Amino acid sequence: MHFKTTLAGLLAATMLAGAGSAQAETLRLLTWGSYAPDELIEKFEAEYPDIDVEVTFSNNEEMIAKLRATGGAGFDLAQPSHDRIYAAQLEYDIYKPLDLSKIDTSVMEAKLLDGVKENTTIEGEVYAVPHQWGTSGLMADKTKAPDLKSWADLCNPAYEGKTSMRLKRTILLGTAFSMGEDPFAAYSDLDKYQGILDKVAEKLIECKGNIKAYWKGGDDLSAMMLSGEIVGSETWDSTAYKLFDQNKNIVFVPPKEGALAWIDTFALPRKAKADDAAYKWINFVLRPENVTLMSASTGAIAAVKGGQDLLPEDKKAAVNAAFTAEDIDNLKFFANIPPGVEDMEGKTLEKIKAATGG
Amino acid sequence: MMQNKDIKRLSLYLLFAPFALWIILLVILPHIGMVVLSLKEKIAPRVYEYSFANYLEFLNEPIYWNTLLRTGSMSLLVTALALLIGFPIAYYIAKIAGPRSRGGLFLLCLIPLWVSDLIRAFGWILLLRETGVISNFLLWTGLIGEPVEFLYNDVAVIVGLTYTVILFMIVPLVSTLDGMDNAMIEAGYNLGGSGFTVLRRIIIPYAMPGIVAGCIVTFMLTAGSYLTPILLGGKNSSWFTEQIYNQFITRFNWEGGAAFGMLLLFFTSLVIWLGLKLSGQTLANTVAKS
Repeated sequence: MHFKTTLAGLLAATMLAGAGSAQAETLRLLTWGSYAPDELIEKFEAEYPDIDVEVTFSNNEEMIAKLRATGGAGFDLAQPSHDRIYAAQLEYDIYKPLDLSKIDTSVMEAKLLDGVKENTTIEGEVYAVPHQWGTSGLMADKTKAPDLKSWADLCNPAYEGKTSMRLKRTILLGTAFSMGEDPFAAYSDLDKYQGILDKVAEKLIECKGNIKAYWKGGDDLSAMMLSGEIVGSETWDSTAYKLFDQNKNIVFVPPKEGALAWIDTFALPRKAKADDAAYKWINFVLRPENVTLMSASTGAIAAVKGGQDLLPEDKKAAVNAAFTAEDIDNLKFFANIPPGVEDMEGKTLEKIKAATGG
Repeated sequence: MMQNKDIKRLSLYLLFAPFALWIILLVILPHIGMVVLSLKEKIAPRVYEYSFANYLEFLNEPIYWNTLLRTGSMSLLVTALALLIGFPIAYYIAKIAGPRSRGGLFLLCLIPLWVSDLIRAFGWILLLRETGVISNFLLWTGLIGEPVEFLYNDVAVIVGLTYTVILFMIVPLVSTLDGMDNAMIEAGYNLGGSGFTVLRRIIIPYAMPGIVAGCIVTFMLTAGSYLTPILLGGKNSSWFTEQIYNQFITRFNWEGGAAFGMLLLFFTSLVIWLGLKLSGQTLANTVAKS
């Protein structure tokens, strides 16, 4: 008898706890630093008092590694770039398809939405929709490096010891374009792509003497640029915009080969537990008034119609200082990374890092 | 009587349980997992086969073993520097300083550990960079004509690492030297030994267990460190832990990364085994003792 009441009590407690958790849902975001500003989270929680938002900041590679480790559990919404969905899903099965009827896709810029859908459709199911986009290109101090216009200019002896780059895939692709190759077209023929990578590696090893140091994150890049230790670098546009705020001579330069454009997306991890809350967050951050808050924090342009007009004033000034309409037409969107390419690129990067030349 | 025995046995089990759980769950199981993972080879997406391919890849690619040898030799250098700088400090704290200042001095050595590795690395960056404190100071004194870059090279890495690990050399040395009777040193001098002879024939042999323990700990910490070499190192400074990170994160090659992790473990174990053999010490009378 005594035992029975205890059991009943336990059961009741479990049910209560279950009911409690259904009421106070947690939305676990896996996203980029600055992609979940406190102001927006507070606003969201005020609007949906039954949802708690937890944020983990990460980057493309670590997002995939984290989800791969758990088979897609532990997070409810992830924000990898559009080129990191297809192969990752094929290899590790870490995402689940989106229910597009729950997302207000009508506010999204049609060109970006279609592009992302095309890149992330597997067996008829769509795995991602766009959130924000931006570019990787060059940054220069106009007064000290007025002629820095091409990826190849980072290796120009005129700036010896005064340039920097991040030793990641962006610089491999940029350098390939500057050598007249089209790496994205070669993705379908990996032997050809390896040939391009070998040429790029040779060029970048030769270039090592010209580089002051490889930057690892936005902070060390900013410090080197603001202190004048370097005059030009490969960069994310958002980092350049932030520096433009502090020194109007530091501008983002879309390389003449075309700035490389990325789109960060929304994707559901395979074992996500709060899909409804995730859809609410997606629709919430795409509302015009929230878009401005988000862009102020990230420096990236929302993938909504008129996203550029919704930028806060300072960022708008920085974008206008950097891009002409021609540059925008010249954007090169990152192509889907087929399985195996990351390994080839990784090996090339190791080769460059280990080379003692220059 | 019987009950008493049971209680004794129970308390023994309970005391043993945390240790056993720690060893099994956090040390043995993960390592078994790593070994299994490292023996897999990717054939196609989601298809794996058991083979030694990842270890062969290491042997066939000079970049990898060069980096491992480089990491090993630089770690040995850092260990030697830590010993050279740490020994006089430890000797001063244990033998020369008065009992009251001893605690204060020890505390001073500990204070850098109160902030994380990351903050300490950033501290070095502020000091060493081209527009940093040291370069600006030398400019101000007129010793140099234009800013000099001290950061982004191997010397910066060695300085940063030595600073980070030296405490782990000082602590075991102090505790060993502390137990040494001053009379032994006096006797050495009374019998006509010079300062150098006393150091070589009496102090160092006595302190050997502490020296070996400190060297093992600093070597392991250095070879396995990640942040300091990454942040202070230059464009040519590869560190083996960085290779492991690249395998796991950049190349999505967990199998290769696991193999590299095991190789690092084998390599450092081998170096330590050699060190123990050469110095005629054993683990039991060095690390376990201090």
